[in-house]
Amino acid sequence: MKKVVRVAAGQGFWGDDLDAPRRQVEGGPIDYLMLDYLAEVTMSILQKQKERDPALGYARDFIGAMESVLPAVLDRGVKVVANAGGVNPAACAVAVKAMAGKTGVKGGLRIGVVTGDDLLDRIDQLIGAGHPLANMETGEPLSTVRDRVLSANAYLGSEPIVEALGKGANVVITGRSTDTALTMAPLRHEFGWGATSWDQLAAGIVAGHIIECGAQCSGGNCLYDWRSIPDLANVGYPLVEAKPDGTFVVTKHPNTGGRVSVQTITEQLVYEMGDPHSYITPDVIADFTTIRLARDGDDRVLVSGIKGKPPTDKLKVSVAYRAGFKAVGTLVYAWPDALEKAQLADRVLRERLDRLGLGFERILSEFVGANATHGRLAGDQSGAPEVQLRFGVRGPDRAAVERFTREIAPLVLNGPPSVTGFAGGRPKVEEIVAYWPALVDKSVVKTKVDLIQ
Amino acid sequence: MKVRLVDIAHARSGDKGDTANVGVIALEPRWYEVLEQFVTRNRVAEHFRGMIEGEVDRYELPNLNALNFLLHGALDGGGTLSLKTDAQGKVYSTALLRMVIDVPDAEARRLSLPAAK
Repeated sequence: MKKVVRVAAGQGFWGDDLDAPRRQVEGGPIDYLMLDYLAEVTMSILQKQKERDPALGYARDFIGAMESVLPAVLDRGVKVVANAGGVNPAACAVAVKAMAGKTGVKGGLRIGVVTGDDLLDRIDQLIGAGHPLANMETGEPLSTVRDRVLSANAYLGSEPIVEALGKGANVVITGRSTDTALTMAPLRHEFGWGATSWDQLAAGIVAGHIIECGAQCSGGNCLYDWRSIPDLANVGYPLVEAKPDGTFVVTKHPNTGGRVSVQTITEQLVYEMGDPHSYITPDVIADFTTIRLARDGDDRVLVSGIKGKPPTDKLKVSVAYRAGFKAVGTLVYAWPDALEKAQLADRVLRERLDRLGLGFERILSEFVGANATHGRLAGDQSGAPEVQLRFGVRGPDRAAVERFTREIAPLVLNGPPSVTGFAGGRPKVEEIVAYWPALVDKSVVKTKVDLIQ
Repeated sequence: MKVRLVDIAHARSGDKGDTANVGVIALEPRWYEVLEQFVTRNRVAEHFRGMIEGEVDRYELPNLNALNFLLHGALDGGGTLSLKTDAQGKVYSTALLRMVIDVPDAEARRLSLPAAK
């Protein structure tokens, strides 16, 4: 058994730094490269792509990332674990193989493909069998939006990834796995942690939570002493050096920018946190109030003390459904009395929309530069040098939202004075794909692991 | 003595549906007790009154010198439904750090707390 296993994060979401995976395999020794591509609504975007072309539906950035790390995988034995498969992990594996073939690689890639998370074709059967897939926030049954559902995926835990690694895979592609399982599974595989090694499993989950957002734990988006964080242009992405007992060090490669400190790690630990006593995953419930952090040299933080307890018998399901249309238009008003002019424009626009009777579900106006993000807490901003009126509408009818987009430009000539910043043209109408979190019994989700040589 | 949170704490916030979470972390470990005592659930609910539609929950993480607040109904529906600039609650963190608390003078001196400017 290895004494230390190094898992490096190379991608925090689909759209993250394209070059980070390569820098992670070349910047120093690592055993695993972990790539997280899936945010809550990413699956629905991928589902739409798959509807247009059955060979798509995965995170295409992954193919370029794989190309850039191929020598490390083939010559140095670095393994890759990624949830890049989206709603089509098999097609993703085929694309990786094709890319490798094109670059002259004959063998050596053993791709593990994890499926079973996709519940889209089983929704009616599940509802019929007494699984309401009720919204975790509102309690409404899924049947209320059934005809508008685009995708439905259960969040899988570490087990199928461990299985794929056990079968000898050096690249594991999953669909909707929990972000944290992508880090925990390699540790569980290497150290042989059992399904009831609660404390170690929880430690693996905490390691995953810390690095799943990439550089957000190594100096990116860090408020603490932000001016002193060096060389963000060359920010080092994080990696964990884990031991069999569940303790681990978070660090980054030498000669990179950013910072790993108790403060940067603490900020990431509290990010998107609910009840810290119960961080629920399919494998284990981690208790964040047991985490101990200690400085372990420059850009090194030792994490220890983590306790876990048995999980629930449910899996979280992420459903995406069509929820109408929206558009946001903006205009900029300049000093003097910038805020007051923007406020008058807002009133004029609302009166005109009212007269058109377009039937929106929601209208929201904000005054960027005055109080858009901090509301009344921002205090008196009547002297602001410029204020952007940001005006959004949402409704079920595309035509109504389209009609709204024609009401912004006229204000330039027939509204309050000192207005500019309309060069972008008419606002764009967007279809809204909304997120419906639900739970389902673990027993109804069957995972499958295929190995493609 | 009046103390502004931005002078004694740092923070990060994020979203889960229509709920924003704000983790507030003491800049110095000994200042955690000030957060715990004065930055109460009710005080935070009052701070954000009119800005959020739901309740506030508070959790303590003394191991990290941090408090975690859940602000329910803070994101205009949340996710892609929201029309807000800050649809994912990323800067509720610094909005909370605007809070000014009243700390008894003796305690403020004992802990060398910086006075609000």
